[in-house]
Amino acid sequence: MKENEKPEKGNQIIEEAAQAEYKYGFVTDIETEVIPKGLDEDVVRRISALKGEPEWLLEFRLKAYRHWLTLKQPTWGHVHVPEIDYQDISYYAAPRKKKDGEKKEIDPELKKTFDKLGIPLEEQLRLSGMAVDAVMDSVSVKTTYRERLAELGVIFCSMSEAVKDYPDLVRKYLGKVVPYTDNFYAALNSAVFSDGSFVYIPKGVRCPMELSTYFRINAAQTGQFERTLIVADDDAYVSYLEGCTAPMRDENQLHAAIVEIIVEDRAEVKYSTVQNWYPGDKDGKGGIYNLVTKRGLCRGDHSKLSWTQVETGSAITWKYPSCVLKGDYSTGEFYSVALTNNWQEADTGTKMIHLGKHSTSTIVSKGISAGHSQNSYRGMVKIAPKATGCRNFTQCDSLLLSDTSGAHTFPVIEVGNDTSVVEHEATTSKINEDQIFYCNQRGIPTEDAVGLIVNGYAKEVMAKLPMEFAVEAQKLLSVSLEGSVG
Amino acid sequence: MNALKQYIDLYDECRTLIEQQSPALLNTLREHAREKLETARLPRKGCEDYEATDLEAVFAHDYGVNINRLPFDADPGETFHCDVPNMSTCLYYSSNDAFHSSATAERNIGQVVVEPFSMAAVDHPELMNAHYGRLASLDNPTTALNSLLVQDGLLIYVPDGVAAERPIQLVNIFNAALDMMVQRRLLIVVGKNASVKILACDHTQSPDYNYLNNQVIEIVAMQGSTIDFYDMEESTPKTHRVSSIYVDQHEGSNVLIDGITLVNGFTRNNYHVEVNGEHAETQLLGMTIASGEQHVDSHTFISHNAPRCHSNEMFKYVLNDNAVGAFAGKILVKSNCPRVEAYQGNRNLCGSPTAKMYTKPQLEIYTDDVMCSHGSAVGQLDEDALFYMRTRGIGIDEARRLLMQAFVADVIDGVRLDALKDRLHYLVEKRFAGTLSNCAGCMQACRPNNK
Repeated sequence: MKENEKPEKGNQIIEEAAQAEYKYGFVTDIETEVIPKGLDEDVVRRISALKGEPEWLLEFRLKAYRHWLTLKQPTWGHVHVPEIDYQDISYYAAPRKKKDGEKKEIDPELKKTFDKLGIPLEEQLRLSGMAVDAVMDSVSVKTTYRERLAELGVIFCSMSEAVKDYPDLVRKYLGKVVPYTDNFYAALNSAVFSDGSFVYIPKGVRCPMELSTYFRINAAQTGQFERTLIVADDDAYVSYLEGCTAPMRDENQLHAAIVEIIVEDRAEVKYSTVQNWYPGDKDGKGGIYNLVTKRGLCRGDHSKLSWTQVETGSAITWKYPSCVLKGDYSTGEFYSVALTNNWQEADTGTKMIHLGKHSTSTIVSKGISAGHSQNSYRGMVKIAPKATGCRNFTQCDSLLLSDTSGAHTFPVIEVGNDTSVVEHEATTSKINEDQIFYCNQRGIPTEDAVGLIVNGYAKEVMAKLPMEFAVEAQKLLSVSLEGSVG
Repeated sequence: MNALKQYIDLYDECRTLIEQQSPALLNTLREHAREKLETARLPRKGCEDYEATDLEAVFAHDYGVNINRLPFDADPGETFHCDVPNMSTCLYYSSNDAFHSSATAERNIGQVVVEPFSMAAVDHPELMNAHYGRLASLDNPTTALNSLLVQDGLLIYVPDGVAAERPIQLVNIFNAALDMMVQRRLLIVVGKNASVKILACDHTQSPDYNYLNNQVIEIVAMQGSTIDFYDMEESTPKTHRVSSIYVDQHEGSNVLIDGITLVNGFTRNNYHVEVNGEHAETQLLGMTIASGEQHVDSHTFISHNAPRCHSNEMFKYVLNDNAVGAFAGKILVKSNCPRVEAYQGNRNLCGSPTAKMYTKPQLEIYTDDVMCSHGSAVGQLDEDALFYMRTRGIGIDEARRLLMQAFVADVIDGVRLDALKDRLHYLVEKRFAGTLSNCAGCMQACRPNNK
């Protein structure tokens, strides 16, 4: 092969990959109830009223809103979030409810939507063995398997139901891990959040199935602000999955969510995300701004929290699923594959705050950048002076698939005592030509070889995903990567 | 509080005096520096790239500034013997910020020029005009402060094709009976295919006073040149330093900078390297041995602006007692710079429960065909290795010392002068043994007893 043929072929293949279609980009023709654009105290009150919330929650929202007014949009990320006009967004959109007297069945259009997404909303799809909560725009539309879970005492419902049915639990935990003062987007979410999922696993219960939430933005010119709260009591275990998609639109839409997780003594929570919001077209037009605050508190001794994420969507991703390791011998894990293509920008990573003695954490982050995208890992490992005997291992690798993309790592390490060990390793390179040549020699075309190598590269993280998600995630990677480099 | 204000006020008050006592060239930057300082603030703890370091607090102290350029009586050559055994060097002294050449050194060795700015402005005006202040960024407030108040400096110039026969050694001494701040300034220009090795060491003669050295070093490495710059700090717990080294590398140049901190108070080292030519090589090495209340913060930035260049960084810290170490390094590879290889390493030993280490290694890459990596680790001595040595009859303290020496050895082994390497191994050994100030021979007393 001639020297100059390679880059040409590479460009061509990248172009093809860039044109690979976003298959979740359809819009569902469904009646939606949207409140007018704009944000002020009345809007916050109206959202609260629409959801029939108690006084304390309205108070919480108003406090958050007033605090939000004092904050400025952060600019420190390695992403270009334009000045967002927060008055030009509608803060509440919900599939319109059927009037009384109509069958209490799920809207067939809505069902079609989730069928298209491959999400088993109906219980006859029992084979998949997954309990699902589906959130369309801002509102939870259907939660499956609730009865079976209820037998074990597991609560899995939408946040608005939880506020009504379990107000004490919600009040006890809401905003305790991510207070509304945390950051700009957390304050905004706390003021206007419309729904989300609530999970409570009682003491000693091992949740028998994967719990799953699918988020979908459908309506135009709306933002999605959901809030997820997961509490695992002593000795409990739960594996929770989250998936996201959105229609293709020319405008940018805002998604500012909060996830809070509390893990008590000896409990374990596994949180997996396959994030596939619409990333914008190949010229960088449209796409979701995914500005999310996710944090877990390992409050109990020997507790464990594991974040696994596959990030392939969104025009801009700004999220740092973190662990506060407060309990002694607690464990935090973060496994991430972030793939950016075209003009996508991702600034993602994690924080591991070690407060408990002998707490351990592992971070494995794999970035893949193609097209004109920018992909950053930003992380922090902090060992408090009293957290003796802690251990952290961090590895963040970046793979560059085009000469116009960028890969960056910004880790911060702070160690406050002499009995803890922290390690950080990072590499950046392109796919080794020798490896491709080796595959070529054995009759594997370059496209397939790249697929093989990238899949191998991401395998460490993929292996951490639950089965159902691993298959989906692998498919997602292959759509975006179909022969990305020559 | 704005610590810079006192210095701006001082400049406004004594502007005529400062300008009279300086070569005209140095006055050209002052106004611009003042403008920059007007709106600038010194970074406080927690600012980006200053996670552990409060520059505002360091500069807030009321230091004396020798604007009148009063001479200091003592001849540093008499009291300081910083010669390296088995190595013949051309020795120069700076006492506070005034430069002396020792009795044994000629001003120009062969064709190599080593001159204070006051002379260089007359002898080599074209060189000074072309390079003074070209690299040093006034956006950095400490560099702007240096440019505002600096009154002299030292030029080291190696003309094209000349290889300096002997290493040039620069001994910087603080010696004043009051708290004092100096603005040291160094301009190193090495011509095409020329080479030079420079050793600099910082000492303090009177340990009872607070000193602050706000120094700026500009290094220009022309095509095919080779520069070794060894910079050792061995002062006192009351001597503080903010050092900013700016490097401009042309095609095929090879630059090694090795910063060693053995004894100090507060130190911030900034390394800013612009690699502008293909096949250029950069090595940044750093070693810190800190105990007591020592504070050492290194910040490196290597910008690869050309294809096929190569850089390597390794910084090692050994922290004991309440020492604080910080390292932040960034490797930038700009777009259209294929085949760049850049490696960065930071390894740290925390030897006491109250020692703190902050580290932030960063990569920013805009080209795909590169090999870049960084690694960072904070930990302790290997218990198995300690146990192994103890089973062979080596006491715990001795075993620790040996392991710590081995830990920093590869930074010393990067030194490209054998005699200096031996000397550094010796100094580090003494530093770990805590006997650095026990030997006789000179005021600083870091000279081996029987050598």
